[in-house]
Amino acid sequence: MRKPISRRDVLTGSAALAAGAVFAAPARAAAPEPAAITPDLVAAATREGKLVFYSSMDLPVGEKLGKAFEAAYPGISVQIERSGSERLFQRVAQEFDSNIHAADVVNSADASHFIPWKKSGWLMPFVPEDVAKYFPDNYRDPDGMAVTTRLWLSSIAYNTNLVKAEDAPKSFADLLDPKWLGKMVKGHPAYSGTIMTTTFQIVRELGWSYLEKLSKQRVMLVQSSTDPPKKLSLGERAVMADGNEYGIVLLKEAGQPVEPVYPAEGTPTISGPTGIFATAPHPNAAKLFQAWLHTRETQQFFVDFTGQYSLHAQVQPKAGRRKLADIKLMKEDPAGVEAMTEEIKTRYARLFRV
Amino acid sequence: MTTSSPAARPRIDWTRPVLWLFAAVLVLLILLPLSWLAVYAFTDKNRHPTLANFVTLFSNPDFLDPLLTTAIIATTSALICCIVAAPISWLVSRTDMPGRQTIRALVTASFVTPPFLGAVAWELLAAPNSGLLNQLYRLFAGEDADALFNIYSMTGIIFVISCYTFPFVFVLVANALDTMPGELEDASAILGGNAWTTARRVTIPLALPALVAGALIAFLQAMTLFGSPAILALPAGFHTMTTKIWSLFQYPPKLELAAAAAVPLLVLTILLLQGQKALLGRRGYSVIGGKYGAPRRVELRGWRWAALGFCLLVLLNPVFLPYLALLNAAFSPNATTLVTPSTATLHNIVFVFTELSSTQLALKNTVILGTATATIGTILALVIAYVTTRKVIAGHRVLGFLATAPVAVPGIVLGVGLFLSYTRPPFVLYGTLWILLLAFLTINLPSAYQQLQAAFTTIHPELEEASRILGATRLQALRQITAPLLRTGLIATWCFIFIGVMRELSAAIVLFTSQTKVLSVLIYDLNEGGDLAAIAVLGIAMLVITFAVVLAVNQIPMSGGNAGARLRNG
Repeated sequence: MRKPISRRDVLTGSAALAAGAVFAAPARAAAPEPAAITPDLVAAATREGKLVFYSSMDLPVGEKLGKAFEAAYPGISVQIERSGSERLFQRVAQEFDSNIHAADVVNSADASHFIPWKKSGWLMPFVPEDVAKYFPDNYRDPDGMAVTTRLWLSSIAYNTNLVKAEDAPKSFADLLDPKWLGKMVKGHPAYSGTIMTTTFQIVRELGWSYLEKLSKQRVMLVQSSTDPPKKLSLGERAVMADGNEYGIVLLKEAGQPVEPVYPAEGTPTISGPTGIFATAPHPNAAKLFQAWLHTRETQQFFVDFTGQYSLHAQVQPKAGRRKLADIKLMKEDPAGVEAMTEEIKTRYARLFRV
Repeated sequence: MTTSSPAARPRIDWTRPVLWLFAAVLVLLILLPLSWLAVYAFTDKNRHPTLANFVTLFSNPDFLDPLLTTAIIATTSALICCIVAAPISWLVSRTDMPGRQTIRALVTASFVTPPFLGAVAWELLAAPNSGLLNQLYRLFAGEDADALFNIYSMTGIIFVISCYTFPFVFVLVANALDTMPGELEDASAILGGNAWTTARRVTIPLALPALVAGALIAFLQAMTLFGSPAILALPAGFHTMTTKIWSLFQYPPKLELAAAAAVPLLVLTILLLQGQKALLGRRGYSVIGGKYGAPRRVELRGWRWAALGFCLLVLLNPVFLPYLALLNAAFSPNATTLVTPSTATLHNIVFVFTELSSTQLALKNTVILGTATATIGTILALVIAYVTTRKVIAGHRVLGFLATAPVAVPGIVLGVGLFLSYTRPPFVLYGTLWILLLAFLTINLPSAYQQLQAAFTTIHPELEEASRILGATRLQALRQITAPLLRTGLIATWCFIFIGVMRELSAAIVLFTSQTKVLSVLIYDLNEGGDLAAIAVLGIAMLVITFAVVLAVNQIPMSGGNAGARLRNG
């Protein structure tokens, strides 16, 4: 079932993406009727009084979102479980195997996680009205199991106190220069979904030989993709080899000495879909949250506040920020990530020793 | 009391049933997870017996390197702990050094500091580029100077681990020195021994069991520690056994290998415990009888202030510097920029207590678990220590071994053992606080038991025997005579366990769920995301809570304590 609004309308209005489809075209689509935020839904959600949100968003960002929801719907408290997406994936598996269902809603930085979750029947189909109207088809599951809430990049960056603009790396290839030996920081693909996705795209575009050379550069290895921007702004390392571009943008706007670099080879692009678990202990609160999260107002607030990108057709980029269309992006391929996850973890650990 | 009432004679003696019950609980508590670990270590995915896990383990440098690294870290840390802790405990316990109580309190402060928190604080201080100490050094040495300290290194890890492990040695040695009777040293002096001879022939040998026990505990702590290596070794690009085992839990989990990786650690620990027994062997160390006086203090004269200076200098590392760094980070907009009155901000504190949605839940869970584990653990350890030192029931040796065995199992592996045991009927506990209670109980039992057992061996059974001759059952004698004599030891053990719960991360990280999160896990999560300021605020809050609880517990009078016992220990 398609909405009256055409795909062309959506794409021209939205972030105009060069990146590929996150959700494959359906053989048979069976999404439920789009649902609006009704007084009945709000009342039922308020009776449940609580929402547990598993997410890999940078903590201050995620908590801000939770507080905004609490302010919009008094009486429902939001508990945010923040960890790396790969870690959350393992925990969800561990909890579900033991028949523990604490999570209501999940947002992963590794879109491939929704493939096994959907296959196992762990997700609840639910399509908010705004998603049906304003989100491009290739960024939402045809059966209504998930929708891409946010889109962001993993870029290079440098500390402007430690590196002059003309000396800064321009490409991934530049990072292999011996002058960056012991001066870089990056995240870990076995912890972070962002870094897992990034590593997949880099391996596809540049081959394992690039990472092999990078591993000889004595890179400082932190876990989360939210950490490299922070280590960079502290001056602990001069260059970030991968990590959240939005972290850099926010720190720069706050006056910290950091500057993003969009590598010549293309910038790895990450989709963060959100879905509701079929076993959610607070199903109405989960639906309300999912609907609220994808309204124009929330998406606009999210874009303005977090420096990430929205797929909502009516959301405007914040003035002064770089537009997605102006950046050369690497193509997304969640199915490719799913097929390669094990190889990435194993080969990465062998190269970087941890 | 010179006459006992004959009417009290025909009571039932509950001693044996009660002791057997405790023994059964202990066996269940420890054997169940260890059995599951054994099953996993020696089988494949389909539970068919195999040795393949060990072949993988011992033929793969990915496992051998961490094993070697761990051995180096544990040995060096244990040595450093003894070298630092022994003189400080002697100064505090047996000399007239000024500020002895302050030094004790400061050692307690470093003990109360969870190692993972100390590791984060030392990141703030000694990260090669942003660390406060390195920034200070560059003010003098020039901006391009190499880092003075690099905490992301083997030396850095050994240093940080020693900072927060040496209090184990200190507590044991200081307790032993506190309870050592002055008469023995007096006798040596009367017989013409000078101060050095007395120390060498009397004091040191009497303190030796405590020192050896301390070294052993320090070694095992350093070996099984997870937080500090995870925070400091991974950025440096190497694994220890515990971080390697943790990496085996990544999806899809390789539990068989993780279980097998625990076996070398278990074997090593058993050998060490046997070694300790051989070293201390048949000598008797009963020093508290019914008839000794208070210990005597050595006069340091001109060295009094130098001694205090030495203690304070040592304590700079685990206490003053880290807490200054944490305080700075808590009030600074940027974790490693020195805060000034104009830049000071309450933003981090507001964030942790009003925006961070896990704070309250984690605080509540941690305090509940700490109190419950400490209370149950102290009682359990008291009874087991009693049974093994007084050889009350058959199989007491086995009980003693079981109570010590968990020390050989890294918390993270024990976590898996418990996970395997309590996710299936008849005990489905995963997802509740109970499984964390069991984990914390099991992990803290060895040190609690060692501590109470050491205390027991210094109490001669003659006092209990007197009580039993007067008609008391064993349980009554334990409650009325032994427990009051052990008041200091019991309270210390309770606090030990409570603090142990605060410090515990490695099992919790396997066993927690979103609703059963504890502070340590929250802090570890925050570290992985790089939220150092929030860690600083939570860490300071944690220290305040722990100190409040420990001080409160030390005010509790022990039931049944008589004036004499109070006087001796107070």
